[in-house]
Amino acid sequence: MRRPAPLKNLDRELARFHGRLKAGAGFVALLATVLLAREFYLQITQHAFYTGRAESNRISLVPIAPNRGLILDSKGRVLAENYSAYTLEVTRAHIHNLEATLTEVGKLIEITPGQLRRFRRLLAESHEFETVPLKSKLTDEEVAILAANRYRLPGIEVKARLFRNYQAGPGMAHVVGFIGRINDRDLKQLRESGREKNYQGGAHIGKTGLEQSYETLLHGRTGFDQMETDSGGRAVRVLSRIAPVPGKDLRLYLDRELQEVAEHAFGDYLGGLVALDPNTGGVLALVSKPGFDPNLFVDGIDPVTWKSLNESPDRPMVNRVLRGIYPPGSTIKPFMAMAGLELGLRKPEDAIVDPGYFSLPRSRHQYRDWKKGGHGVVNLSKSIAQSCDVYYYRLAVDMGIDRMHDYLAQFGLGEKSGIDLDGESAGLLPSREWKQRRFKQVWYPGETVIAGIGQGYHLTTPLQLAVATAMIANGGQRIEPRLAQAARDPLTRTWQTLPAPARTRLAIDPQNLAAVREGMVAVTHPGGTASRAAAGAVYTIAGKTGTAQVVGIKQGARYDAASLARKHRDHALFIAYAPAENPTIAIAVMVENGEHGATTAAPIARAVMDFYLTGKRPGAMTLGGNDATD
Amino acid sequence: MPPTSRHWIVRRLQHLDGILLTLVLLLLGVSLAVVASASGQSPARISGHLINIGLALSVMVVMANVPPHILSKVGPPLYVAGVVLLVGVALFGEIRNGARRWLNLGFAFQPSELLKLALPLMLAWYFQRNEAVLRSKHFLVGGALLLVPFLLILRQPDLGTALMLGASGFYLLFFAGLPWKVIAGGGLLGAASLPVVWGFMHDYQQRRVLTLLDPTSDPLGDGYHIIQSTIAIGSGGLFGKGWAQGTQNQLDFIPERTTDFIYAVFGEEFGYVGTILLVGLYLAIVARGLIIAARAPTLFGRLMAATLSLNLFTYAFVNMGMVSGILPVVGVPLPLMSYGGTALITLLLGLGIVMSVATHRQLNKT
Repeated sequence: MRRPAPLKNLDRELARFHGRLKAGAGFVALLATVLLAREFYLQITQHAFYTGRAESNRISLVPIAPNRGLILDSKGRVLAENYSAYTLEVTRAHIHNLEATLTEVGKLIEITPGQLRRFRRLLAESHEFETVPLKSKLTDEEVAILAANRYRLPGIEVKARLFRNYQAGPGMAHVVGFIGRINDRDLKQLRESGREKNYQGGAHIGKTGLEQSYETLLHGRTGFDQMETDSGGRAVRVLSRIAPVPGKDLRLYLDRELQEVAEHAFGDYLGGLVALDPNTGGVLALVSKPGFDPNLFVDGIDPVTWKSLNESPDRPMVNRVLRGIYPPGSTIKPFMAMAGLELGLRKPEDAIVDPGYFSLPRSRHQYRDWKKGGHGVVNLSKSIAQSCDVYYYRLAVDMGIDRMHDYLAQFGLGEKSGIDLDGESAGLLPSREWKQRRFKQVWYPGETVIAGIGQGYHLTTPLQLAVATAMIANGGQRIEPRLAQAARDPLTRTWQTLPAPARTRLAIDPQNLAAVREGMVAVTHPGGTASRAAAGAVYTIAGKTGTAQVVGIKQGARYDAASLARKHRDHALFIAYAPAENPTIAIAVMVENGEHGATTAAPIARAVMDFYLTGKRPGAMTLGGNDATD
Repeated sequence: MPPTSRHWIVRRLQHLDGILLTLVLLLLGVSLAVVASASGQSPARISGHLINIGLALSVMVVMANVPPHILSKVGPPLYVAGVVLLVGVALFGEIRNGARRWLNLGFAFQPSELLKLALPLMLAWYFQRNEAVLRSKHFLVGGALLLVPFLLILRQPDLGTALMLGASGFYLLFFAGLPWKVIAGGGLLGAASLPVVWGFMHDYQQRRVLTLLDPTSDPLGDGYHIIQSTIAIGSGGLFGKGWAQGTQNQLDFIPERTTDFIYAVFGEEFGYVGTILLVGLYLAIVARGLIIAARAPTLFGRLMAATLSLNLFTYAFVNMGMVSGILPVVGVPLPLMSYGGTALITLLLGLGIVMSVATHRQLNKT
């Protein structure tokens, strides 16, 4: 064993230990001072700041989307309505692990691959703090399961939401349109127009049709709940509330039954029809076939369905009445006749002899009449009734393209009608000046000839034809078509008529007007092109058939329907108004690949007029046949 | 004192220190109230806490009855066992959350918990043994005894626990008379090596320190805890929002609010006045502990009482500092306040030792 070290002085050691204790106490006092200083800073100095932070943590303004206005037909039948259903919604920002959460939810309730695809697409388009629907229209059982598991799924919420339902179905899709989720482009527009705040809490906005054009009226004003929320963002209780103001209901001129009759009358054919009240401009029916189911779009369409709709050769998403542009063909003849009379180039009784063709001076080129051998002696009335081409070839040459353009423009051809729907096409009313601008080419006399029968560069929409027809029916009033008639205030429940658009009047000599009308009435009487379609009507119809060429026909060849694939067959046109003496309806019908206006388009118009004027529903109709008339 | 004339339970209770017991019971009462509020008055939590308190108080009573000279003999075997287990952890430990801290002994067990008591006991035993011949050599050995578990825990990695353990070991060396020169030199050396230490720190550790410097850099991640707890404390103001009235607490904005972040709940509901009282209670416990140390008859008792007292306050400081955003987030509970059995038992076990030192004074002398 080692020699022991010198013993310590224990008293001195104890004194040193006491010194160390004091140092330790001092150290503790220092730490306590630091702590108390820090808490003083937090709780006294910065108290107001942190109180504010705690309050904004706790209180959130939760916007309440207003109920969207209904869309009703002229008789008060519902076309677009709301219903309440539960949706499962996801807030990305409140979820730690999205995939794990989705798997977890998938274990609780069924999530289809389509719903998941749609969800991912919506998620990619939305901001982190937005709620994105994962599954809509939950069953009561699903709601119960989710509610029971809510505590372990932060960021997942079951919300009662109003949904839009378009019970009128595909036939009304092009009129009513649909709402859809607000995307970046909508948001930008809302921001630019300062309406962004009104869309907080609402995820939807009108995308097409009336839902789009009357968005401001239908939407209403967003309200706000001042809510106390917990850290998961879940509402604990309501502190105060500013009630939302519901949107206004919209009543149309359109009659849902009439619309159905028109749609039904098309049978398997595609095309467009628009019926106007020539006195008010109200749209009585507007059909574009095929339609589509607008309900698919309300909560985001899944990409596969969208692709099939968008790429279908039938183009169901295109509103043919507004956006389908076709050569007017022979339906332009009543307006040409009116131009000839009003410009003093013809008198009603002036007659020509139609040999079956027309040639320009010093030219051997023959512009053929649709009827081999011609119509013989033809005056104005007969030219319309039998749709004599040669009469109008000659009139067009006498008139010249510029006068033709200027006069026809007064009927609204080549211009947007101004209907209360978006996306209308202007069509094209050709002129010398237009051709120079467009093609940097001079106008050829031959182009005037075919322009006289609505061929060549002419392009019109069915809506333009209907407006022009209505002008003949109402004696020159240029109307701006309107779908919406009145709006109902949600609070007072009173209907207010929407302001009527300003209209212009084209002065027409009454005798000239009568002459053209007489020709159009003759169309539907024996000897006229549409006499069969009008047979048995208890009212008088004034109309005009037409054909819009799809494939150009070579000189010397004749149109042979049998040899052409259906999609290359001509489009059939028919314009009409009735009753001829006191018109209350003006119609334009376009039947795609319907070939002859008289056999396919006219019967559709007849069915609509029958129902509108007499209340008679059409029986089983057969369209078509192969009468070689125009 | 005639010990035979009383019932044995009363005799056992005689070894409790009245002042210390009163302070501890006061704190535990506050803890019960705050745990009740933070748990939304969950009966399960409250009864769980009551059971923990009962258990820990019993442990304290038992420890208070173990004479210091017996206690001191437990030091070396406990220390050796602890270090062996730490080595076991390093070799066979379970990895959880990226750290190898747990040893599966039929139940998950963290040997580092054991060292919290074993290290001071070991060091105190060592210095007591060499009391008469204390020289620099003994401080070197003491330092080595401290460094072995410190490094093993650091390696797990568990910086927080390693530092807390290091602090308790350092306190003991300090009270044993570690020369000021060495302390100053070590301090300088430590400061100089900070950049090196930073380089050796794990990503998550660096991130915690950075988060402390700027909590807003990651408001929904690491910074969230600190931001929400400071909001809770700051919004408490002078008098607090009242018991069970804290919105940060009740609406679930405070994380871990019955355990590590319980001070945020306390600060929100009882305000600055509450904070002063709470810190005052801790200071009183420390003061009582230091007084016991000053009066203790043996070096072992002096060192244990002083070290354990200072250690308790260090825990309180680190926890409150972390919750109020001046220290990085480390998993340290607030002594005698946080919900959780292990920490409570360890703490009251320590205080039991302090009481034993206090009440075995006379017996030792005779």
